[in-house]
Amino acid sequence: MDAQRLDSILSRYECDPWDLIPVLQDIQDSYSYLPKEELQEVSQRLNVPLTQIFSVATFFKMFSLVPKGRHQVKVCLGTTCHLRGGTRLMESLSNRLGVEPGYTTKDMEFSLETVGCLGSCAQAPVMMVDDKYFGRTSVDKVPKILKLYK
Amino acid sequence: MPRFESVDHLQEYRRQLAARLDPKQPQVLVCAGPGCLPMGSDEVAAAFREELQKNGLEGKVALKECGCQGLCARAVKVLLRPQEIAYQHVTPEDVPEIVEATLKNGQVVDRLIYEDPDTHDRFAYKADIPFYKGQQTVVLRKLDVIDPESLDDYLAMGGYRGLRKVLVEMSPDQVIEAVDRSGLRGRGGGGFPTGRKWRICADTLEEVKFIICNGDEGDPGAFMDRAVMEGDPHAVLEGMIIGGYAIGARRGYIYVRHEYPLAVKRLALAIDQAREAGFLGPNILRSGFGFDIKISRGAGAFVCGEETALIASMEGFIGEPSPRPPYPAQQGLFGRPTVINNVETWVNVPEIINMGADWFAAIGTENSKGTKVFSLVGAVNQTGLVEVPMGTSLRQIIYGLGGGLGPGREFKAVQTGGPSGGCIPPQFLDLSVDYDSLQSVGSIMGSGGMIVMDNTSCMVDVARYFISFLYEESCGKCTPCREGLKHLLFLLDEIIAGRGELAHLDLMEELCATMSSASICGLGQSAVNPVRSTMKYFREEYEAHIRDNKCHALVCRPLLKYTIDPETCTGCLACVRECPVGAISGIKKKVQELDQELCVKCGLCYEACQFDAVKVE
Repeated sequence: MDAQRLDSILSRYECDPWDLIPVLQDIQDSYSYLPKEELQEVSQRLNVPLTQIFSVATFFKMFSLVPKGRHQVKVCLGTTCHLRGGTRLMESLSNRLGVEPGYTTKDMEFSLETVGCLGSCAQAPVMMVDDKYFGRTSVDKVPKILKLYK
Repeated sequence: MPRFESVDHLQEYRRQLAARLDPKQPQVLVCAGPGCLPMGSDEVAAAFREELQKNGLEGKVALKECGCQGLCARAVKVLLRPQEIAYQHVTPEDVPEIVEATLKNGQVVDRLIYEDPDTHDRFAYKADIPFYKGQQTVVLRKLDVIDPESLDDYLAMGGYRGLRKVLVEMSPDQVIEAVDRSGLRGRGGGGFPTGRKWRICADTLEEVKFIICNGDEGDPGAFMDRAVMEGDPHAVLEGMIIGGYAIGARRGYIYVRHEYPLAVKRLALAIDQAREAGFLGPNILRSGFGFDIKISRGAGAFVCGEETALIASMEGFIGEPSPRPPYPAQQGLFGRPTVINNVETWVNVPEIINMGADWFAAIGTENSKGTKVFSLVGAVNQTGLVEVPMGTSLRQIIYGLGGGLGPGREFKAVQTGGPSGGCIPPQFLDLSVDYDSLQSVGSIMGSGGMIVMDNTSCMVDVARYFISFLYEESCGKCTPCREGLKHLLFLLDEIIAGRGELAHLDLMEELCATMSSASICGLGQSAVNPVRSTMKYFREEYEAHIRDNKCHALVCRPLLKYTIDPETCTGCLACVRECPVGAISGIKKKVQELDQELCVKCGLCYEACQFDAVKVE
């Protein structure tokens, strides 16, 4: 366990039980997943049962119990994107990356996931790689976009 | 930015600010809203920065990356003030010409102005463009004027004047009275009268109370709150501080989706600025009133838009709703009375204080006051954010502002209210858009998503889409919602696969009735709206799927057949590269053949083909 890294996260909080979700978010952001040993430590420090941490970690979509890839590819499946071919876009990405949504490529470069709505509905279908949005992404634009991150 | 020690100090600073501002100074406003950002607005802004520097204009021309300018269909948009010339579809390559022609020589770049797709009328100035005519902006008023990261810009537009007014002139009771009299109702969907909610909370005997801003905009197809939080973050803060003063709370939280990283960043910056300037903290403008705001990031759960689930997740638990009463206004966060309102509701508050309750109450209809922001998207020509007085008709919004549908496209339905709303058919196009009218036709106002659908949308598929969305997002606490959604999804899948029976429709009705009356929270109760409304208004589509195994909109995959037209196929192999199952023969420069046995009907070949050689029926 990286005690120093976890301490620097926990030092931002009073470590009350209700700090659980922000603490987990910071761990997720910093480690790209929630490592087991860190969660055990969080359980102790925040005085929250590990079962509750597990239920929170599996309830919310942003948390992952396995390491994620270097780049997060998010495909929007909001209503407008659904109507404008978001599913096809997702399938094309899934084919090219060789992973199903929710999984990470073997080389740990890309994690593919679907999102309820990214809020750029006028440019549907929309996808996001890390913090960058791509609008009107028809299937033929996919290779170009992935190339930017390889 | 000074720390304001008193309301007079703030007044004085505002006067100086006004004196410093030159209304004639040229300004370039690059839209960096939710619609323009994915189309490369950052690159356009960078090009302007470079070009202004090259021409020695960087001190003379103000460059701002502002919030949403509304007309997302024309991204990236650039607005030039003071003339208010609106350029559309701007790319970095256009920037040198804009600088040379417009900024240096005062000429309009003709090829970048708005052209109406139907009439071919051309408009250079924002005020002439039909999309903006007929809008009345209260909530979006400042979005295309201010730099969202500048407190000075916000102050110059009258920002924190509402806060000053309540601290100096109004008692908490008078503030509640004003909000109540304005007729403001919650903009998150439910439409509960805001003043009444505040009153319930203020009247409790508890000493510790909380304010929450619900920025968990989860409805797919809605991005109003994102645009406001990113484009005018101080307005959200100001509304909340006024709310805190009114009900006697000392702490507020903004709950924002983590999928909106820019909104989180802008709000955090605004909070820092407001603390530094003395609008937040233990003794605001030396009035004796103290209030502070923290951001709480959502962790990705649609159900957390429901207030009791949101509160549970802020307390460190999973987002499970709890039955009401007690309402959060009586017993909310940590068991304390909590006023929770949506982003748009909060932004209306300073305007009501500034302009007066009567001014606000004069806008809109009898029971729905003020304006409402909608994200107008889907099969409409001019997509984007619009703000109209309550009571505007659907037709005016879709055809007047949105410019109707494209040529050859036929209006089929408009979906409002997200997964809790319904699909409204053409016969109700003249319906007045307000809380009660929308409910009367089986939909809801919701947070303001408005998705226009044409003949390429299948209503069975739309119902299935929402049910599958909600099936994923249901927290699973109560049986009617958890099991009801599962079975609705199963039945819809059977229909889409061509295995449906007419009796399934009766079963679905029955499920809907149970879910709407027995689910704990709004998610389950209203989850039936997409199914009910499509079954009511588009029953013939369900029957076509069931009786004839046909999806006339060509959407439901199991009912489709893809073929390759030997006349037009060039043998370029674009389709072969996309096909995930190797169903296309793949011999170069030969007409391709598609193996129907292998085909999974994903349609990737159809989209990849540049020659329209892939046919679907």
